[in-house]
Amino acid sequence: MNFDFSDDQRLLQDAVRTMLAETSTSQAVREVLEGRATHSDAAWRNLIDMGAAAAAIPEQYGGSGLGYLALCLVAEEAGRHLAAVPLASSFYLAAEAILRAGSAAQKQHWLPQIATGKLVATAALGSRERYRKAATAPLRFDGETLSGSSPALSDGGIAGLAVLRVKAGAEDGLSDTLVLVDLSATGVSRKALPSLDPTRPLAEIHFDHTPAEALTCADASTVATRVLDGAAVLIAFEQVGGAARILEITRDYSLERKAFGRQIGSFQALKHKMADIYTTIELARVHAYYGAWALASDAPELPRAAAAARVSATRAFVVAAEEGIELHGGIGFTWEMDCHLFYRRARQLGQCIGSEHAWRAQLADELIKEAA
Amino acid sequence: MDFRDTPEEAAFRAEVRAWLQANGSARSRPDEMFGEGLDDAAKLAAAKAWQARKAAAGYAAIAWPKEAGGRGGTPMQQVIYQQEEAAYLVPGMIFEISIGMGLPTVMMWAAPELKARFLRPGLAGEEIWCQLFSEPGAGSDTGGVRTRAVRDGEDWVINGQKVWTSGAHFCDYGILLTRSDWDKPKQEGLTMFIVDMKAPGVEVRPIHQMSGESEFNEVFFTDVRIPDRYRLGPECGGWKVMLSMLMQERMSVGGNLPTDLHEHLIALARQCDWDDRLAIDDARVRARIADAYLQQHGVELLIARGLTAISKGKTPGPEMSITKLVAAKALQDISAFALELAGADGIIGHEALGGDWRYMQRLWLGSPGARMGGGTDEILRNVIAERVLGLPGEIRTDRKIPFRELERS
Repeated sequence: MNFDFSDDQRLLQDAVRTMLAETSTSQAVREVLEGRATHSDAAWRNLIDMGAAAAAIPEQYGGSGLGYLALCLVAEEAGRHLAAVPLASSFYLAAEAILRAGSAAQKQHWLPQIATGKLVATAALGSRERYRKAATAPLRFDGETLSGSSPALSDGGIAGLAVLRVKAGAEDGLSDTLVLVDLSATGVSRKALPSLDPTRPLAEIHFDHTPAEALTCADASTVATRVLDGAAVLIAFEQVGGAARILEITRDYSLERKAFGRQIGSFQALKHKMADIYTTIELARVHAYYGAWALASDAPELPRAAAAARVSATRAFVVAAEEGIELHGGIGFTWEMDCHLFYRRARQLGQCIGSEHAWRAQLADELIKEAA
Repeated sequence: MDFRDTPEEAAFRAEVRAWLQANGSARSRPDEMFGEGLDDAAKLAAAKAWQARKAAAGYAAIAWPKEAGGRGGTPMQQVIYQQEEAAYLVPGMIFEISIGMGLPTVMMWAAPELKARFLRPGLAGEEIWCQLFSEPGAGSDTGGVRTRAVRDGEDWVINGQKVWTSGAHFCDYGILLTRSDWDKPKQEGLTMFIVDMKAPGVEVRPIHQMSGESEFNEVFFTDVRIPDRYRLGPECGGWKVMLSMLMQERMSVGGNLPTDLHEHLIALARQCDWDDRLAIDDARVRARIADAYLQQHGVELLIARGLTAISKGKTPGPEMSITKLVAAKALQDISAFALELAGADGIIGHEALGGDWRYMQRLWLGSPGARMGGGTDEILRNVIAERVLGLPGEIRTDRKIPFRELERS
């Protein structure tokens, strides 16, 4: 029994933590929050240079080949430090889709560029819930070119490559396909969208007969599901990292702040609330660990483990962020305090690949299937 | 990250499995209990026979040193044995306190001749031990015990009452926390003893629990004489002895949550209708099944973390307190939701409703006790807040005051 990460993996985590503590400071994150930067470039450069971001990309494609367990711990640190970087878009989603469904040539061409940070990639692989918003032309792929509008894409403003799940084929026989689009090609226009978490900027991309190529998978839905399961585990680590950090910040503040002649952290109402938040986070952490095991060992339990990690980690970060503001009191509701950065990120991470409700439904589906 | 046994662990597991196969009988249904159908005396005799066989094979105290009668194995081997034994019909809640708490305390604090006297028969199940800490006026606040120990020549004379003593009605010896000095502050005037549960003046009365069962007792002491050589630790050193005894619980990373609750929930949801279709097809029911799994499998995974620490030769820290906190409430919530599946029919007793409901109904009636035993939810939250998160301790107005004065106020 060794339900833990290795010493080498922990060393990488420590190095990433030290680096992000210097580069992903509150000030750096606020540069993106307030629109003066598209992402934290220093943090991003370092994540690339350390081989941390490309941990799960094999060396033959320019990655560090450290593996998924290493990437999980990198994700935890990115979450802790609210890193404003395109880690999920480029590495958990786009690169994974190419790795799993790309041809040899596609992998050889695109993965090294992603791994070395030469380009940022973004992806939209579909989710269970969708808003029936005013008609925008849906994405259509005719075998050679792509037309229509993308959904809101994280890091869509700076991406050089997109992996999109689109409809392809003739009117009467549309099927799901995954396509690769070079965003420097003709017919691409972008529109920045406001985001509830401006530290993770959104854009919509319009295509007008833009050259695109299909990924060579037999079944787009199977690949998309597999990639989303992996992303759910990695994002769960970001959520656990963020949740643990805001709880620490809140604990520290409750030891400083005095009211009614005592440290507010000495009141049992606050102690018990923080104990409950800690418990929620640790439960999410073990589910995330189990997801990491399933992801790294490509276990058949992955759909269940990923959904359990996603639901519990989403809950944990949302609760820790909401109660973090509440426990700070009025000061927590100010722009200057970082509490709202966690509140916003908890919401963004909790919905970026589908809400906890959709994933809870997946978890139930898996459990009921297994108990058939 | 690897859930598998190390080669050494796997070899030990195979050995245990073979022994259990040859000597035990496997459970035929998940809630089957050891000695079903036997009366109490016959069940106890069967339990003692099993323990004797287990001790003879060297499985009674795997992690104890050899010189104390143990196997000299590792805590991980102890855990492996328990995992394997769980599939068998073996006695539950009879020898746990003897071997998990009572005898280790004897080993740590008693004089050599007492160890020689008590350890072997205890391990073999010939003598059973209980723990006598809680009192009607001292539950979570154990330091407030009032059972009086007064020195009289070579003996001590004990008067008072204990409560919530599991198994006192069949126990032979107990570890007894008393107050020997009323002029010291509460935790400093306590002394610990070994008490002979069959001695004159010891009276055991079963507690009729809200679940209908009687697993616990009240124990009354009237002029019970205990020789001074049965004292554990120094006079007025009882608090420290008690803490050392509770520390033994650290290694039992349990949190007694069955691992198949969500499967029972699924089975029951396949037998109930909601809105004229099977409950199992209802999104609300499915969401609750998912949440039940998150709690239940979460507890299993927390235990796996504790086991990882043990496997690496470390002691799990106070963060393991969350395991029991989550497990007990999950037991209550999951069993309650199971009953709700049947709507108004769900409150019909299982005797009339059918066999599948017995399990969940028993869990539901027992779960309030699970939330208190081994520390209430509220005490555990204090432990987490103070010892894990580093928040300030509760304000205590009684800490420096002689106990006698506390009694007056």
